[in-house]
Amino acid sequence: MSTLVEIRNLSKVYTRGTERLEVLHHVNLDIERGDFLALMGPSGSGKTTLLNLIGGLDSPTDGSIAVDGKRIDALGEGALARWRAAHVGFVFQFYNLLPMLSARKNVELPLLLTHLSAAARKRNAAVALELVGLKDRAAHKPAELSGGQQQRVAIARAIVSDPTLLVCDEPTGDLDRQSASEILTLLQQLNSEHGKTVIVVTHDPKAAEYARHTLHLDKGTLVEGGGAPAGAVASA
Amino acid sequence: MKYLHLVWAALLRRRTRTVFTLLSVLAAFLLFGLLDSVHSAFTVGSRDVAGVDRLVTVSKVSFILSLPKSLYERIQAVPGVRAVSYANWFGGIYQDPKNFFPNEAVAPNFLSLYPEWVLPQAERQAFRDTRTGAVVGASLARQFGWKVGDKIPLQATIFPQKDGSNTWTFDLVGIYHASDPKLVSAENLFFFNWDYFDEARQFGNGNIGWYITQVADPREADRVAQKIDDLSFDSDHETKTQSEQAFNVAFVSQFADIGLIVGAIMGAVFFTLILLTGNTMAQAVRERIPELAVLKTIGFSNASVLSLVLAEAVALLLSGAVLGLLLAGVVVAAVRLKMGTALPLDPVGRDIWLQGLALAVVVGLIVGALPALRGMRLRIVDALSGR
Amino acid sequence: MLNDAAVLLAMLAVTGLTVVLLILAPWWALLLLVLLLAAWLLLTRTGRQTWSVTEVGLATIPQRLGSASVVLIGIAGVVGVLVALLAMAVGFEATLKETGSDDTVIVLRSGSQTELNSVLSHETAQLVAQEPQVLRDARAQPIAGPELVVVASLPRKSTGLDANVELRGVGAQAWALHPNVKITAGRRFAPGLRELIAGKAARQQFRGLEPGANLKLNGQQWTVVGAFESGDAHDSEIWGDADVVGSTYRRGSSTTTVVARLTDPSAREALAASLASDPRLQVDVKTTRAYYSAQSERLTRLLKVLGTVVGAIMAVGATFGALNSMYAAVAARAREIATLRAIGFRGVPVVISVLLETMLLALLGGVIGAAVAWLLFDNYTASTLGANFSQVVFNFKVSPALLWSGLKWALAIGFIGGLFPAVRAARIAVTAGLREL
Repeated sequence: MSTLVEIRNLSKVYTRGTERLEVLHHVNLDIERGDFLALMGPSGSGKTTLLNLIGGLDSPTDGSIAVDGKRIDALGEGALARWRAAHVGFVFQFYNLLPMLSARKNVELPLLLTHLSAAARKRNAAVALELVGLKDRAAHKPAELSGGQQQRVAIARAIVSDPTLLVCDEPTGDLDRQSASEILTLLQQLNSEHGKTVIVVTHDPKAAEYARHTLHLDKGTLVEGGGAPAGAVASA
Repeated sequence: MKYLHLVWAALLRRRTRTVFTLLSVLAAFLLFGLLDSVHSAFTVGSRDVAGVDRLVTVSKVSFILSLPKSLYERIQAVPGVRAVSYANWFGGIYQDPKNFFPNEAVAPNFLSLYPEWVLPQAERQAFRDTRTGAVVGASLARQFGWKVGDKIPLQATIFPQKDGSNTWTFDLVGIYHASDPKLVSAENLFFFNWDYFDEARQFGNGNIGWYITQVADPREADRVAQKIDDLSFDSDHETKTQSEQAFNVAFVSQFADIGLIVGAIMGAVFFTLILLTGNTMAQAVRERIPELAVLKTIGFSNASVLSLVLAEAVALLLSGAVLGLLLAGVVVAAVRLKMGTALPLDPVGRDIWLQGLALAVVVGLIVGALPALRGMRLRIVDALSGR
Repeated sequence: MLNDAAVLLAMLAVTGLTVVLLILAPWWALLLLVLLLAAWLLLTRTGRQTWSVTEVGLATIPQRLGSASVVLIGIAGVVGVLVALLAMAVGFEATLKETGSDDTVIVLRSGSQTELNSVLSHETAQLVAQEPQVLRDARAQPIAGPELVVVASLPRKSTGLDANVELRGVGAQAWALHPNVKITAGRRFAPGLRELIAGKAARQQFRGLEPGANLKLNGQQWTVVGAFESGDAHDSEIWGDADVVGSTYRRGSSTTTVVARLTDPSAREALAASLASDPRLQVDVKTTRAYYSAQSERLTRLLKVLGTVVGAIMAVGATFGALNSMYAAVAARAREIATLRAIGFRGVPVVISVLLETMLLALLGGVIGAAVAWLLFDNYTASTLGANFSQVVFNFKVSPALLWSGLKWALAIGFIGGLFPAVRAARIAVTAGLREL
C-alpha cells in the first residue's frame, strides 16, 4: 500500500477579530491508500478542521498537504474546486441533500461538472444508488426518505464520480443505532470491496470499531491512543 | 443547459413565494405593455415611417383660418413638388359625440399621396365617381360595423348645409387598411369628396383647410417648404409649411408630455418591483446558503454558483414579463375591439416585446447581483457549520 | 381538505366584505371603528393579549427591514401614483368648473359642441340681448354681448414648438359679464385697436405675451397692452376687441357665441324657450357652469379611468408583495408563535396581531405615498389640449378627499396582505412550530 495523503507540519489558525485561535498545531500524518481511518477527539479538538483541510475545503495557515502526490495547500480557490470535483467525495452529518431534487438528481450533481452525456450521467447515478442499496428509491425526494436512506443517497453522491478519497464528517451523528450500523457497514464495504480510502470523523467509539485505524486528536495535536497505525507520526 | 433543472428546482423550492413574486412581476409588465401601447398610439404620426416626403401647409395665424384655393396651382408650380392635394376638417359626429373620429373633406387625388394606405383600385375609382362617396379606415369600419354600400349620416358641428340642416349623408364606397402594422392607428379616418362639401356647405365656399404637398426628394423638403411659404408672404393668408412628421409632433405635444407621464409611472413601478423581487431573491439565497455550500463542496466553481443565482433571478423576471406582456396584448386587443378610436391604443407589437424582455433581463441581473455575490463569496466551512 | 376549503372561503368572504366596507364607509365610520378597536385592545383581556403579541411583532421589524420595507414602499408607490394621476383629473375638472356660474348663459349655434365650432350672426347677438330675461345694468344696457372665440398659433416656452392659444374677442360688456377678470399689469385694450391682454396662464405657457410685446396675426401688427388674472380657465386665454379680431380672422360681422347675464338663474329656461320659438334662430342656451363642466367631462373621465386602472394593477402587484413579505415574517416567527400558543395564547390574538401589524405598515406606507404625492404634485401646473383645441392650463389638485381615498386603498391592500398569513400563523400546529427549536 502506498501513501495517499502526506501531511507535514500542518497548522491552522483562525482569526476572529483580534482573537487568534490555533486549531491545529504542526500535525504530521501519513494516510495509506485503501485505509479506513477514524479521527476521534473531544469537541474543539480540531478533527473537523483537519478533515476539511484534507478534503480541500479550506487552506492551511502553515505546512503542507499532498494528496496522491499533488500539493493541495498551494492551490487557489478555483483550482481547489476542480480538484475536489475529481478527487473527493463528502458525506455530512446532516446529509445536505438538495431538498427539491430527487435522489437520483442529487446523486447526479457531481457528474454535472463532467462532460458526460445525460444518459451516461443517469447510468452512473443508477449504479451508485444500486451500490448503496437504494435502486428503487431513485425518484423519491429527501423528504420522503428516512434518515438512514438519506445518508445512503449522500454516500452514493459522494462516490458517483469515483473519487480518490471519501471524507465523512460525523456520518452517523444524526442516526439511530440500527441505521448507524448500516451506514458504517456500507462504508466498510466500500473500503474493503471497492478499495476506497475512507476518512471518518466521529466521536462515537462504536463507529470507530468499523475502521481499520483510529487516530485521536486533542487540542489540535495527534495524541497517542489506541490503534495508532505504523505510518502515523505523533507530533512532538 | 444541464444546469437548467437546478435553476428550476430552486424556483420551485418555495412555490407560493415564487408564484406571488411572479404575479407581482406580471403586474408590473402588464402596466408596461399597456402604457407603452398608449404612448405608441399618441406618437404614431411622429415616427420615421410616416410622412417623410409630405409637407403640411396651414395658415400661419391659426389652423382654423382657411386658405384660398388659388394657392393650389401656385404650389404645384414650385420646383421640387411632385403632387399637391388639399383637405378641410369637417368635424362631424356619428350618432354620439363620444364616437369621435377625424372626418375630412378631401380633394380627388388626396388618397394617392398616402401610398401606405391600401385601397383597391375599384374602390378608389368609386370614390372619384360618387359625389357623396366616403372612404374609411378598416379599424373604424370594424368598430361601427360598416360595410361598403352603407349610408352613413354625420351631424355637422361646424358646417351646416345650405338648407340649414346639420345632417350630411354619405355612401361608403371604400375601406382602406394600413400596409404597415405600425401605422394601424391611422385606420380611424373618414374621408369624403371636397366638391360635395364645398357645393353643399352654407359658408366658407372655395376655402381650403390645409394643403398636402408631396416632394420629389425628401432631402429637399425644407427648401420646398420655405418656397411654398414665400408664395403667401406678407399677404392676408400667410402660410406655415412643415413636414407632416413635424406637424404631428407639434400636435401631440399639445396634449401632454405623455412620454413624461408614462415614464414617471413606469419608473415608480419598476422601482417598487426591484425592491420587491430583490427582497425575495435575498431571502431565497439566504435560505439556500447551506445548499450552495454543498454545491461548492462538490466542486462547483464560484462562477457557477454566481451564474446559478443570477439565472434564477432572470428566469423569474422573464417568466413574469412574458406572462405580463401576453396579458397586456390580450387586454389591448379587447379594448381596441370594443372601444376602437375612442381610446387610442397601439397593438402590443414586436418593439414593446423586445423592450420588455430586455428590461426583464436587466432588472433580473440587478436584483440577482447582490445575492449572487453573497452566494459566490461564501466560505464553505462557515456556511456548512451554520455561521 | 374540507376544513381547508371552508377556511379559504371564509377568508375570501371576509376580505370581500371588508374591502366593500372600506370603499363605502364615510370617514367618521372608519374613525369610530378605529376607536372601538383601540378600546378593545386596551380594555379586554383578549385585546391586551393581542396588543402584546403585536408589540413583539413590531419589535422584530428592525431585524427584517428588507421585507417590511417591501410592504411599506410597495404601498407608498401605489398610493403615490394613484393620488398623482387622480389629482390631474380633479385639478382639470376644478379649473373648468370654476369658470362658469349659474347666472350667466352662453348661446351657441345648435349642434356645436364647443365655442370654436359655433357660428352666430350679428343679428342673433342683438336678438338675444333684447330678451327680457337678460339683466340690465345701471344705464339700462343689457349685460350681454357677442364673443368671438378663435385660435392663434404661438410658440410654447417649454417645447419651442407652436401650440394653440385661445383668442377671445369680447365686447364692451365683457367686464360686467366676467367679473372675475382683473387687470394685473398694463391696461385694458382699447376698443377698435389691435390690442390684446393676456391671461396669467397664457403668459406662463407662451412666448411673447408680456405687456409691451408685439405679435403678428395674419400679417397685422398687434400689441399686448396688459395682463389679466381671473382664477379660472380664462387665464389660459388672450383677449381683444371682438370686431377687430373678427376682421383679422375675416369673420365679417359674425361671432361664435353670445354671453349674457340672467336676471335670475331660473330664467334660463324661459330664455331658451323664447329663443327656440323664433324660427330664424337655431341655438342652444346653457349656463356657463353647465357648458364648462361638460367641456371637462371627457378628459376628466379619461384621466380618472387611467389613474384607477394603473393604481389597481399596481395594487395587485403590491398585494402579492405584501403577502410574500408577511408569509415570510410568519414563517420566521413560527417558533415564537408556537411557543405563545403552547403557553396559552389563543388563535384570535395571533391572527389579529399579524393583521394589525400589516395594516399599520400599510397605513404608514399609505401616508408616505400620499405625503410624497402632495409635496410633489399639489398645485403642480400642467396644460393640455382643451375642448377649443387650445392649451388649457390647470393645476394638479391633491384634495383631502383624494388623500383619504389613497389611505383607504393602502388599508385594503394591508388587510388582504395580512389576513391570509395571519390565518396561516394561527393554524401553525403547536408541535410543528416547536419542533423548529
